[in-house]
Amino acid sequence: MQFVKASTFEEWRTVCRGLLARHVPPSGVVFGDTDRSPSLFDATDDSEALPPPADSKSPVVFRIPKSFLQAAERIACHTAPDRWERLYRTLWRMTHGEPRLLEVTTDDDVHRLVMMEKAVRRDAHKMKAFVRFRKVESPEGEHFVAWHRPEFRIVRLTAPFFARRFPSMCWTILTPSESVHWDLQQLNYGPGAAASEAPQGDELEDLWKTYYGSIFNPARIKLKMMTQEMPTRHWPTLPETDIIPDLLADAPRRVAEMIARQEGFATSAADFLPQTLTFDALRAAAAGCKGCDLHEHATQTVFGEGPVDSGLMLIGEQPGDQEDLVGRPFVGPAGKILDEALAKVGISRDRIYVTNSVKHFKYNLSGKRRLHSNPDVREVTACKPWVEAEIELVQPQVIVCLGATAARQIIGPEFRVTKHRAVPQKTRHCENTIGTWHPSAILRQPSQTRRNEMLLELASDLRLAAQLTGFGE
Amino acid sequence: MDGTTTDEWPPKKKQLTMSQDVQTKLKILADAAKYDASCASSGSKGTRQGSKLGSTEGMGICHSYTPDGRCVSLLKILMTNYCIYDCQYCVNRVSSDTPRARFTTDEIVDLTIQFYQRNYIEGLFLSSGIIQSPDYTMEQMNLVAMTLRTKHRFGGYIHLKSIPGASDDLLADAGRWADRLSVNVELPTAGDLQQLAPEKKEPEITHAMGTIKGRIDEFKTEKKAGFKVPKFAPAGQSTQMIVGATPTPDLEILQTASSLYNNHDLRRVYYSAYSPIPHADARLPGKSPPLVREHRLYQADWLLRFYGFDANELVAEADRNLSLDVDPKLAWALAHREYFPVDVNLAPREELLRIPGIGAKSVARILKIRQHHALQVADLKKLRVAWKRTAHFVVTADHNPGLKKLDDLHLKQQFVQQPRQLTLFDAHASAKSGEV
Repeated sequence: MQFVKASTFEEWRTVCRGLLARHVPPSGVVFGDTDRSPSLFDATDDSEALPPPADSKSPVVFRIPKSFLQAAERIACHTAPDRWERLYRTLWRMTHGEPRLLEVTTDDDVHRLVMMEKAVRRDAHKMKAFVRFRKVESPEGEHFVAWHRPEFRIVRLTAPFFARRFPSMCWTILTPSESVHWDLQQLNYGPGAAASEAPQGDELEDLWKTYYGSIFNPARIKLKMMTQEMPTRHWPTLPETDIIPDLLADAPRRVAEMIARQEGFATSAADFLPQTLTFDALRAAAAGCKGCDLHEHATQTVFGEGPVDSGLMLIGEQPGDQEDLVGRPFVGPAGKILDEALAKVGISRDRIYVTNSVKHFKYNLSGKRRLHSNPDVREVTACKPWVEAEIELVQPQVIVCLGATAARQIIGPEFRVTKHRAVPQKTRHCENTIGTWHPSAILRQPSQTRRNEMLLELASDLRLAAQLTGFGE
Repeated sequence: MDGTTTDEWPPKKKQLTMSQDVQTKLKILADAAKYDASCASSGSKGTRQGSKLGSTEGMGICHSYTPDGRCVSLLKILMTNYCIYDCQYCVNRVSSDTPRARFTTDEIVDLTIQFYQRNYIEGLFLSSGIIQSPDYTMEQMNLVAMTLRTKHRFGGYIHLKSIPGASDDLLADAGRWADRLSVNVELPTAGDLQQLAPEKKEPEITHAMGTIKGRIDEFKTEKKAGFKVPKFAPAGQSTQMIVGATPTPDLEILQTASSLYNNHDLRRVYYSAYSPIPHADARLPGKSPPLVREHRLYQADWLLRFYGFDANELVAEADRNLSLDVDPKLAWALAHREYFPVDVNLAPREELLRIPGIGAKSVARILKIRQHHALQVADLKKLRVAWKRTAHFVVTADHNPGLKKLDDLHLKQQFVQQPRQLTLFDAHASAKSGEV
């Protein structure tokens, strides 16, 4: 019985070459790590005392699958004391009548080696994942240092990975048994180090924790999954694990808040539509609409008006102060601008169907004045069934959307008046849909010149609409 | 006033320090991305040449796990959560009053580089609300990826969420910088889209996928022909759909997935159980997501891709949903008992793949081992098959289950565990005790 020292893959490999050459069967040899002293039963002689190869002139050639040597290199990192003899016995069997032994993954030796290799692979994978560098600034420049506690001796196995990944960074990885340092040129290995030798923090860690806490969805908790994949042995070096208890403690509150804050269109105009599609029925039903909260403060519903067989439909945004009081669309200052533009084109308002995207006035009180306030998307969406019903009733050949609110509702959310004005587009509502200025936008212009310009543009768009509708033929 | 004060206002921020502002934005824009299930950083074979920082080596790495059991592999953020669309299931829809933020290109680039240098992440997963127009949004996202690749020679993983409706040229540009592109189908059917995301159109989504597939194919052909062509989305494309926001059954979901795998060569379809979100539309279910259902869909998806199953075979329940009690393979086996028992020493690969509890890797091993000796129960146990399940369905050299057992109407009951999903209350308790 021989006792053989093997502490690294290379040592084992060299030794095994000699053993195989001398036809030493696995039963004739005991392997031991250098850091393990041989037991009483181990032979006292070490590898140096091995007899020289039987015939050094014609060395025996063994055909060993490359995959086995690659696996053996990983298994060598394992700390189980039986790894060397398992490896040698497998090697022996492969070279003595069982060349395809590795295929029999349920064989005791192969199975044990497969399990060891798997454990090492996993440990190496976790090292690649859980090494956390901390930046140290010094006069020589930036240096990134990590302390990591792997289960096995895998520093040399994984160091090349870090060199490929961080070639332009000076970095050091410390582990209890070994350390490695990259100086932008090569890997240098050194002794192990205590955790206290590594830097204790990094300016980025708060930001990282912020990210970790925010990307976590409190509505789905799967702790078993987390601890299975992120073993607690690594938690001390992962800064984000500090906040896990807080995240969990806060999760029920966050979910309750998510659910409590749930809101939406408990109702929309859809619930108030009449059975039959006539103008009078629509108008009467709209008068009682409570599809959103706007009805609470408005005086009345301002519905569309005009000949149902018009062919041309104008859609504005929302009634203003005067419209709200009178109950008809475009009767205030904006309406006057609209009439002015129509006059330039020579169309009278009573030939056109005119309505708004939103049927109730929305305002903020400033003293006694009711200041127009823009409808939000929720209100526009809640009101949409009315406009859709009007379009279905009127079946217009051309729709002119006055302003962005109407245009986004009818043409699409990407609509920008400044960009897409005056270009007729086909929409699912109508063959020719045109977006243009809202008369109020013209009113709000501080410059008289610009106001005139915009008025002309509005008129020109209305002229185009009239032509497309066939007006004036 | 001290002498360092300049006329400049606001004062210039110090380069590369992460301000409070970035922290606030990160909170908002990571929170907004937390509903996206995809996280993989795998599939990109070699690192880009000339990289100064970062590598991709085929297998993705999860750098952390959150208490929701999901892996943190990439810096997954939105460029902005402003959005002009009004998709009802989405927290970022225009009508939601969630807090809004927008990162600058440099902020995203700095965050990615700095996180990467600490080995927190494998790279960047950038998504965005749609601002101004699909083209503008896509352009801005491409700019981030381009800056990382060219200015910083970043070789890590980049996943860009393509914006449906963006031009083909911009998609081509995106594929140049990104490892993976994805276009979300969002919801399982065109009808669901019409109902909850009327502004997103099914043809636009499939067109974008088709364009990406075309480019990937083109790249492969040219490379095969020996041309040196720049990489195009080397990790392929993926998609995500939200499950449980509409009543669409699993069968239709899986059919959609199958057609995506077949027609667009997708690498992955991600299923994301609908989460209750702040300001969700009242039409949506206001309860915790059906995580078991999501899990079953992933299992079924796996069976579609690697086990030769067809969506129609997998869904046998009358309501056209997967069984929640047992996994889909077992459910199929229970519904097709005439197929069993299967002899592991004789059956062809396709049949072995259908045995409950035996995975594709084990099947490959079984096929090799049986060239050397007849397999016994001990062999299967060593292969770590789920013997409790497998036992009833296989014949080995030393095991032959009675047909009586296989025909037992109550067989299913043996496998059904009391479904117990960790509730939030449990989590709370364990958080207090510190025991997780």
